[in-house]
Amino acid sequence: MLERTFTIKEWTEALKKLRSFYRVFAPFKEGDFHSFREFDGSGSPDFNFGNTRLSAKALIYPQSERMFDYTLDEKNPDVNLYKEAVKDLSPQAIVGIRPCDVKGFRLMKRNFDNEEYRDPWWVQRFESTILVGFGCNDPCPTCFCTSVGGGPFNEEGLDVIAYNLGERFVLRALTEKGEVFLAKAEGDTGPGEDERRKMEELKRSSVEKISSRVATDQLKLKEVNALFSAPFWEETAFSCINCGTCTFFCPTCWCFDIQDEVFGKEGDRLRNWDSCMFPLFTLHGSGHNPRENKVQRVRQRFMHKLKYYVDKYNDGVQCSGCGRCVRYCPVNIDIREVAEKMNSY
Amino acid sequence: MERYTEKIRERARDLLESGKVDVFIGYSKGSVPMMNRPALIREPREVNKLLWDNHCALNLCNYLTKRTEKIGIIANGCNSRNIVTHILENQIKREQLYIVGIPCEGMVDHRAVARAVGQRDILAVEGLGEEFLVKGKDFEERFTKQTFLQRNCVTCRHHNPVIYDEMIGEPVEEGELPNGYADVEAIEGMSSDKKWAFFAQLISRCIRCYACRNACPLCYCPTCFVDESKPQWVGKSSDPTDTMTFHLLRAYHCAGRCTDCGACERVCPVGISMRQFTRKLNKDGETFFSWEAGLTLEKRPPLDTYRPDDYNDFIK
Repeated sequence: MLERTFTIKEWTEALKKLRSFYRVFAPFKEGDFHSFREFDGSGSPDFNFGNTRLSAKALIYPQSERMFDYTLDEKNPDVNLYKEAVKDLSPQAIVGIRPCDVKGFRLMKRNFDNEEYRDPWWVQRFESTILVGFGCNDPCPTCFCTSVGGGPFNEEGLDVIAYNLGERFVLRALTEKGEVFLAKAEGDTGPGEDERRKMEELKRSSVEKISSRVATDQLKLKEVNALFSAPFWEETAFSCINCGTCTFFCPTCWCFDIQDEVFGKEGDRLRNWDSCMFPLFTLHGSGHNPRENKVQRVRQRFMHKLKYYVDKYNDGVQCSGCGRCVRYCPVNIDIREVAEKMNSY
Repeated sequence: MERYTEKIRERARDLLESGKVDVFIGYSKGSVPMMNRPALIREPREVNKLLWDNHCALNLCNYLTKRTEKIGIIANGCNSRNIVTHILENQIKREQLYIVGIPCEGMVDHRAVARAVGQRDILAVEGLGEEFLVKGKDFEERFTKQTFLQRNCVTCRHHNPVIYDEMIGEPVEEGELPNGYADVEAIEGMSSDKKWAFFAQLISRCIRCYACRNACPLCYCPTCFVDESKPQWVGKSSDPTDTMTFHLLRAYHCAGRCTDCGACERVCPVGISMRQFTRKLNKDGETFFSWEAGLTLEKRPPLDTYRPDDYNDFIK
């Protein structure tokens, strides 16, 4: 497969060229943290980051998406007809995504692209996206990707993998899509022996730097009702304030809510990220709420990721180990501890 | 200030053992540096989880709402002022509470610390009185606490609890403060357009996670207006108009009630300074009503009372 090397400056120039073929999204430092933004050719993306504050989830699954629009105007022949809203589904490249966030997309695929359902917009966006992953030289202290089947240089799901060697980036295509992308980037040829050694060394040392280990091996064997009724949920949930930080930051949380918004006689049907932490998430039209209190809601989040998903798909947990929920939970609820409790219960 | 940890544990143990309280609410050490976890202690043997350090900045009053047991709780200045507000607003009864008062020396701004070490990963932060030590994988840096206080702590005028059953330390002196509202005045001086642009920029990163609302002890409505669906007052998408509606209304609901405890800002996962909204209202509360929230159980807050002899002209 094609390999290319770039200096940081050359790489920025290459991304400028790639803008003719793709909408290029890359990490930019804004204030205290990095965020994915579309590269407009000005400024420079910054590839020296632990991980972006929010995952790249929104680039394939926007926080708010106009699905349809409609008119309620009786004089309009199209009255009351839903028409698919215009969306930009043109090719895009997510450059600088971490392997854990790519894994997030793979997990999400189960929900949006399976034998029963194919979500047209998620699928089209996903298929028109090139994932140019940057391996993690220095995983964060809250990372635990290696405990959930991933790794800081895991290539699964990536189209291109990049090694940040400090002064130079080495990129290697992993798929045909990636090959096309890299050919268009027009850089120097592949790495020399010395660089290859450095790449291997990075791969090895990064795994060693991951300090969090989370055992999930027993989850599948646990009786679902026993876990559901376990005594530790109350204590786990005590500090929770039921905000949406964990779910919105999670690269694998896929739940949404559909809303109609009407202004005058014109309306939109929107799909918004939702969160199982919010009471409204389960509120029935009757006024009844089956998950009325926060203990139930907190339990749901962990049971979904660490038990229901495990049982349903037989492919591990619904977690990529990115550690964002651990790091940014304002009241320090730590999925690593909860997984441990569930696994050893 | 770590010296209070032992005393808190001791008092919590006594209170639980003697049956004076059924539960004790305090802070415990979090699994991430500078992120302490509020804890509910039921058994005397669990009291060693409790601690007091530079990172006890979530407002524990948030965990009192509508509880029915006898509760022991630790309270510094702002927590105690929210407890007062909670009692005035019938969210908890004074008789239910045993308040262990702590003279507060201010809390450390975790974002400022992360900034000071260039966003490198922090593995531990240890208090050393006036200083604290930040440890990373290959660095150790010492900082002076006073220069890393949360912004609300810098302008705080009530470090000591205003209501308590016992104090576990000598009250700290409330120093003279420079004008604490200089930033608000700067915004007041802007044109309407500039103000709008300022606030739009301020909240532009908001993801509508509602952490600010939910960390606030004032936000206890059974159903918040943003969660109402019949009728629906505000859109739930990330449209800037809806996001602004949320922030403005949230702030206005705090008028005359906010103690500037800083929990909203502390918990924001994208670092929005939403105290800019509430501080304007606090300033107005002082200017127009000589009012600071949560200082006394003897008076109703200005926005839920009416007096025929009110000194303001507009009411007559």
